[in-house]
Amino acid sequence: MEKLTYFPGCTLKDTARDFEISGMAVMEALGYELAELERWNCCGTVFSLTEDDLMHQVAPVRDLIRAQEAGSEEIVTLCSMCYATLKRASLFVNGNQERLDKLNAFMNKEVDYEGKVNVVHLLEVLRDRIGWDAIEDRVSRPLDGLTVAPFYGCTLLRPKEIAIDDPEAPTVLQDLAAAVGATPVDYPFAVECCGAYQVVDHRDIVIERTHRIMSAARRADADVVVTSCPLCHYNLSDTQKELVRTVPDYKEMPIIYFTQLMALAFGVDAGKIPTALRAKLKRLQPAKREG
Amino acid sequence: MAKDREDGKEMVRIHVMGKTYSVPAGLTIMDAMEYAGYRFTRGAGCRSGFCGACSTVYRREGDYRLQFALACQTTVEDGMYLVQLPFTPAPRAKYDITKINPNENVLLQYYPEIARCVSCNTCTKACPQDIQVMDYIQSALRGDIARTAELSFDCIQCGLCSMRCPADIKHYHMAQMARRIYGRYMSPVPEHLEKRLQEIEEGKFDAELDRLMHVSRKELEAAYAARVREKAPAGSERSE
Amino acid sequence: MTRTKQVEAEDIIAITGMSMGDIVDKIEELSGQNVFACYQCGMCSAGCPMAEEMDLLPNQVLHALQIQDPEAMTANSMWVCASCYSCQVRCPKGVDLAKVMEAMRQIYLRKQLDHVSLNGLTHREIRRLPQIAIVSSFRKKTG
Repeated sequence: MEKLTYFPGCTLKDTARDFEISGMAVMEALGYELAELERWNCCGTVFSLTEDDLMHQVAPVRDLIRAQEAGSEEIVTLCSMCYATLKRASLFVNGNQERLDKLNAFMNKEVDYEGKVNVVHLLEVLRDRIGWDAIEDRVSRPLDGLTVAPFYGCTLLRPKEIAIDDPEAPTVLQDLAAAVGATPVDYPFAVECCGAYQVVDHRDIVIERTHRIMSAARRADADVVVTSCPLCHYNLSDTQKELVRTVPDYKEMPIIYFTQLMALAFGVDAGKIPTALRAKLKRLQPAKREG
Repeated sequence: MAKDREDGKEMVRIHVMGKTYSVPAGLTIMDAMEYAGYRFTRGAGCRSGFCGACSTVYRREGDYRLQFALACQTTVEDGMYLVQLPFTPAPRAKYDITKINPNENVLLQYYPEIARCVSCNTCTKACPQDIQVMDYIQSALRGDIARTAELSFDCIQCGLCSMRCPADIKHYHMAQMARRIYGRYMSPVPEHLEKRLQEIEEGKFDAELDRLMHVSRKELEAAYAARVREKAPAGSERSE
Repeated sequence: MTRTKQVEAEDIIAITGMSMGDIVDKIEELSGQNVFACYQCGMCSAGCPMAEEMDLLPNQVLHALQIQDPEAMTANSMWVCASCYSCQVRCPKGVDLAKVMEAMRQIYLRKQLDHVSLNGLTHREIRRLPQIAIVSSFRKKTG
């Protein structure tokens, strides 16, 4: 089994545990082990955007050092916010000797970071290394008839220099959905922002965003929204509960991680799946579902 | 560095808050400051490295770094610049441990500033107990209360971590809360303790205590001197 | 209340110790962006998911900075921006507006004027939020 150096991030150990459970299960099914770094710290979740601020690069660079210590020149993430923060930090310091020297001098208790660790998102591994054909081959319960609305959010696609796909017209989640037998749909909000951390002090904005995003997915006849960001997942699912209470005729839309979609098709541990989606799958795959 | 000799003893120079003193080599910082005429009314306690009251900051001559230690545990060196920190004005959350909901965000609820950690590791560098302070803050952030309790176990609440933190985190108070939650809700209840508590409640030791309450001071002192002491396990002596 | 008060135009100098001209220079320095590169095409505002919530639209923020209008620093725009980078991928002039917004926030945050109050968050609010939201909010809105 091939090992991938895996950085989970805080949220996958807490509210997004199903993301990790299903991610581990599908990767094992594909012959890969997500080998978690022995020691890691919160990446910072957002990349610091001021030119003079090295202090907020310490956290992500320290994680790059952990990968280097583990003998790896690569970190794989599932969380797309971790991906963006670590990736941008790697681009910020790798090959920039002045920044490396400053950070290494500051982190005098660590081995020097050599500036060689690359950060990749699991979707890149699936698309570029494993390939859609191999994924299709592994499917034991094709999700025929299931309509999937991909929700990319921001950090997989923006800024340009870290985009894992075309920032304006990505296809990776559609391709993945198609590989597991589901039907991907196009809708206008797939690459929009959910409001992110504004949920802390501008919850009203996130509720409004969710309403638009989910209504658009609903209009496109989606059965489920699929994402790779634990903050998108939280924002969309948590504020939806409010919409169900306050908006007449609002119907709740199930939201899952892309790894859960794969796990359902592979017949491996998918973590907790929303009841509405379970029911839908039961209708779609009556013969194939045991017990 | 030139060293003076006084009464045949080797002496070293120390600078306490800008003033230079000559003190015998080999003293702890605390003893040296007392030798120099300072009297501790705060910032001194057990003098054995356990109470965490004597946080000290020093710098060696020619070094740009500040060092952090306990004054009662650190030997003076020639040319040290010293200052004592008698108190850390860090706020401590108020809670009733019996009424807490030990969910994964409980530490964040009482100490939200742990989310401001930048992983600079300055806290770890300041810790006189060699605790992986930053690592336990990170465990706390991801809701791992057991690991926070375990990693912070040797904390003596000196407060140096919090004095140094650029994110204004109250590490030691937060960790104490983690250990309390762990003890109350997560660690298995030790059977022998349960049994002993039951014995106490059933009055097994009442007669013995009654007897002790009525013996003379002399008999009590003799009993104390003759008490059975548990042998320290091999290799457990504290080294400086 | 989680959010702290909005700054008034007459308080900018007292809080930051800088004139609007100094502030614009500082924003350019912190962000590494040339705010005068903007020619007001409006692509940023057209694509901004937060535009409706903003006192000044993204392109108007840049314009206000160009003419040293204090409204740039009193509008809620910098705090509502979620650094989603929709503007950056679309800007024909290559202005990284997310960096400009961050620099504007930093002008206040570096004076310890937090926008989110840690003590204002209730236990209930924190309990329902994932760490990822709390950490990012504190990183963007506390100094």
